Amino acid sequence: MIETLKKDKTVRWIILGFLALAITGNFMEAWVQNNIMFGLARGLAVLGLMVLWRTGLISFGHALYFGIGAYAVGLVDRNLGISDIFLRLIFAVGASAFVGFLLGFILRKYRGIFFAMLNLAFSMVLYGILVKVESLGSTDGFSVSQTTILGWAPENKYALFAAIVIACAIGAVLVQCYLKTALGSLTTAIRDNELRVEYLGFSVARAIHVKYVMSAGLAGASGALLAMALGQVDPDSMVNWPVSGELVFITVMAGPGSVIAPFLGGVVFEFLRTYAFELAPEAWQLIVGGTLLGIIFFLPMGLWSLLERIWKRRGVSS
Amino acid sequence: MLAQVLTIILDGLNYASFLFIVSVGLTIVFGVLKILNVAHGAFYAWGAYAAAYAITQASELGYPDWIGFLLIFAASIIVGLVLGSIIERLILRKMYAQDEVLIALATFGLFLVLEDIILVVFGVDPYFAYQPMAVLGNVVIGGVFRDVYSLTLFALAVVVAVGCWWALTKTKWGKLIAVVIYDREISQAMGINVSAVYLIVFIVGAMLGALGGAYVAPTTSVAPGFGIDVIVLSFAVVVIGGMGSIPGALIGSVMVGVLRAIAVHQFPELELFVVFAVMAGVLIIRPEGLFAPPKARTI
Amino acid sequence: MKKLFTRGVIRVSALAACCAVGAMMAGTASAKDSIKVGVVTFLTGPAAGPFGVPGKNGAELVIDAINAGTLPAPHNSKGFGGATMEPVFIDEAGGGAKQVAEYRNLVEKQNVDAVIGYISSGSCMAIAPVADELQKLTIMSVCGTPRLFEEKPRSHVFRTQGNAVGDSIAAARYMVEMFPKMKSYTGINQNYAWGQDSWKFYDLAMKKLDPASQASDKPQFPKIFSGQYSAEISTMLLDKAPVVHTSFWDGDIEAFMLQGLVRGFFQQKKLVSVVGGSAVDSLGKKFPDGVVLGTRGKYGLLVREDMSDPLNAWFVTEYKKRYDVYPLGPSYQYAKAILYYKLGMDKAAKAAGGSPNQDQVMSALKNMKFNSFDGEVSMSLGEGRQAVHPVGYGITKWNAKKGEPGIEKVKYYGAECINPPAGTLSEDWLNQGMPGAKCN
Repeated sequence: MIETLKKDKTVRWIILGFLALAITGNFMEAWVQNNIMFGLARGLAVLGLMVLWRTGLISFGHALYFGIGAYAVGLVDRNLGISDIFLRLIFAVGASAFVGFLLGFILRKYRGIFFAMLNLAFSMVLYGILVKVESLGSTDGFSVSQTTILGWAPENKYALFAAIVIACAIGAVLVQCYLKTALGSLTTAIRDNELRVEYLGFSVARAIHVKYVMSAGLAGASGALLAMALGQVDPDSMVNWPVSGELVFITVMAGPGSVIAPFLGGVVFEFLRTYAFELAPEAWQLIVGGTLLGIIFFLPMGLWSLLERIWKRRGVSS
Repeated sequence: MLAQVLTIILDGLNYASFLFIVSVGLTIVFGVLKILNVAHGAFYAWGAYAAAYAITQASELGYPDWIGFLLIFAASIIVGLVLGSIIERLILRKMYAQDEVLIALATFGLFLVLEDIILVVFGVDPYFAYQPMAVLGNVVIGGVFRDVYSLTLFALAVVVAVGCWWALTKTKWGKLIAVVIYDREISQAMGINVSAVYLIVFIVGAMLGALGGAYVAPTTSVAPGFGIDVIVLSFAVVVIGGMGSIPGALIGSVMVGVLRAIAVHQFPELELFVVFAVMAGVLIIRPEGLFAPPKARTI
Repeated sequence: MKKLFTRGVIRVSALAACCAVGAMMAGTASAKDSIKVGVVTFLTGPAAGPFGVPGKNGAELVIDAINAGTLPAPHNSKGFGGATMEPVFIDEAGGGAKQVAEYRNLVEKQNVDAVIGYISSGSCMAIAPVADELQKLTIMSVCGTPRLFEEKPRSHVFRTQGNAVGDSIAAARYMVEMFPKMKSYTGINQNYAWGQDSWKFYDLAMKKLDPASQASDKPQFPKIFSGQYSAEISTMLLDKAPVVHTSFWDGDIEAFMLQGLVRGFFQQKKLVSVVGGSAVDSLGKKFPDGVVLGTRGKYGLLVREDMSDPLNAWFVTEYKKRYDVYPLGPSYQYAKAILYYKLGMDKAAKAAGGSPNQDQVMSALKNMKFNSFDGEVSMSLGEGRQAVHPVGYGITKWNAKKGEPGIEKVKYYGAECINPPAGTLSEDWLNQGMPGAKCN
């Protein structure tokens, strides 16, 4: 296993790339660092969605797990006073993966638009509940105390930035490993033809269930990291349907080409929005929507395919 | 007691009519083109804005209030024709080969763009086109004043439902559409102009979306963000009923409408998620919705 | 292996170089004869028309006047501590997480000297901890949640608008005083924090002020921006309670009014609208007479005719001249926040004898008492960071002579009549029966 990992080009790129990012992060302008941090944190959820998408499934409701992760961090902070990043992540991933595991029994039977919409329904039920619960601050949400790392309370955001970079690297490597396993390599096969996969002796439902739990856990981790980076949880920016839409948006923008793509997409999205807000406070949606349209039109395999094309061309000429 | 039951039913049917009119266009487009059209919410908003603008202008120019009804229909037809044909011809047409989720997302992008164009064209100030609602006045039913306009909404929903049923089952066009739904390639090979069918169906869907907005406009304040909630709401209705099914959309609307009315009257705190609870419940029991049209499975 | 390692090093440095380019995208610091201030308000979405844009207009009017030194005395000195303000307007739409990101961009990318604004309580609650973390002076202008200063002490946040508790207590006092025979009440409020809070505090205040009063067991909480209230109106019509409390704002209040009007709702029910001011102008003659209406302060319709205060007279006249409409509550609220910042800058600049630093400005702002366009404001709660001011209610009556909306029987409740003393939590104070309230 370790040997194959070493040989895997993507894994090497992930480690090198994230290492470079972690080092340079310290020298970045605060706002750049911050945008990258948010983008990467969102990228984790997108990574999960990408695995599902390769199977031909897309979820319009992963804000459910994103929100569970975020609120898990908020709740363990408020009720148990847990501020350690690892413990927070464990609770968040555990809670979201557990819910994903339960709902997975229902959802694994669904495909296409029904899968997408049932996810949406579940996420909106959670949204409806959270808005009603006054002790959780209703729509205002509540704040999350500062995150510590093994008892150390860092003075600036860089420590959290580095931790998020590392968490994303670990997530990317794990997913890459999974995709290389037998079950993982069925991913695209399931999309192309489920019956054939069944004939090969694999349970499609089970394979989808595993991927679903994985994507739920990743979305939970993503929500947890974002809650820690923001210092605040609230239903409208964590659980409401536009959050799910945004995640799908980034998934498509990034493209399914590589496990690195989601992080690239997340960061690009964050910068796109920042500049759209700044340049056109009255019409930023126009810029965001136009970009989405443009990408789907000219780059249906996402930004990653653009990079691949550039690399290939360079490879040929040199 | 009886009065209350009557009121709940009327409130439910009122909301159901609203839901049906906004979701029927969505389900037709999905049924034929296999597109989950998020931009439907933008058609709804455009219809509302166009109607509200026309009605307020007419009122300022001193036309009688009833003219508003003509303007509502004119506005929805124009919005549907213009936006529907532009979007189908210039954008969707080039995408039919793509993944359905990609197309759904493209329509989401379209929705964002169309929403902001509204801001540019109509500004941020809300429009009030209450004249058609005011001119019809109210009646007392079950001890409660009801506005006649909402009752006409119910009538409109019935007309739209019957009209769709008639057009799809009794006309040559309806039969053509049924064939295209069943197998696109073979119908093309048989000499059916599939591209024209798609265009017309999409325009009709857009008109119905715009009609929903235009008819609702007089009852409310037409403000930015008008179409956002409608998207999720109409999705829910369409999914409950079975995507692509018109009777499904009808039953879905009535179910959601009546259950919501019961919630508002008896358990107000449940109102917010009754729609989605129904949707999750129905989907768990009947994965494809209540009235899913049959689909050939590819091997 | 060695080759692999060298290649790795090259790649890391190449990537590092790429990232460094990002790191170098730096903003430029502003010179001190001009200051840059982020002004955040709704520019898109349903709240833009009735709240965001009037707020932005109010801010622009006052910023221009202060930059030119044309405000009436005693605020007629030029600039903010001598400096000209250059506002950066940002959209508040999109929820807490997005607002935090945009706030960081304002502070860290655009290097603003201060941030003024925020209408939604959700934004305020999300921004406050970040403001303290980034140590940037932030003045909240409209949001109403009492939790902002009661939940924890803030170091860099100020709010020039009284909180929702005061609005609700004033509403309850007005109802008990003016309509003592109407004992039972129901409510229709949006299903989110502002609506839930408004109802809760109104309900609590009514119970304390008139123990014989009775709340309906079915107060309505429709989804925000739903725009369709047919079933809710029916429910309330069937309800025996004669009074209906609402904290609706943005387009929802107008939609509710229109749907209620055709159904004779306002002939049967006495509506108490905490913040319905925007609807009075947008609906004009359609707006029913006899609605108990508040504007969360001495704002808008309540003081439109009252030209006795020179600041208010200036504001109403100039606003009307420039935008051709009357100023609404948010216009006053944004104008007030800007003026407050100016006064703090002026005071600090005088003390420092030059450009003051942020700490000097903040200590000047703390505990300040000043005269704004809406009369006297006193920053007496939340350790000198939270404003209190009178809140008034009146009864709408169409002014047929002028062909404009009008209001009568206006009553103001002083700051100390509707707010707890410093250091007491609003909810505790209400539960204790509002001890020490000074009403005249």
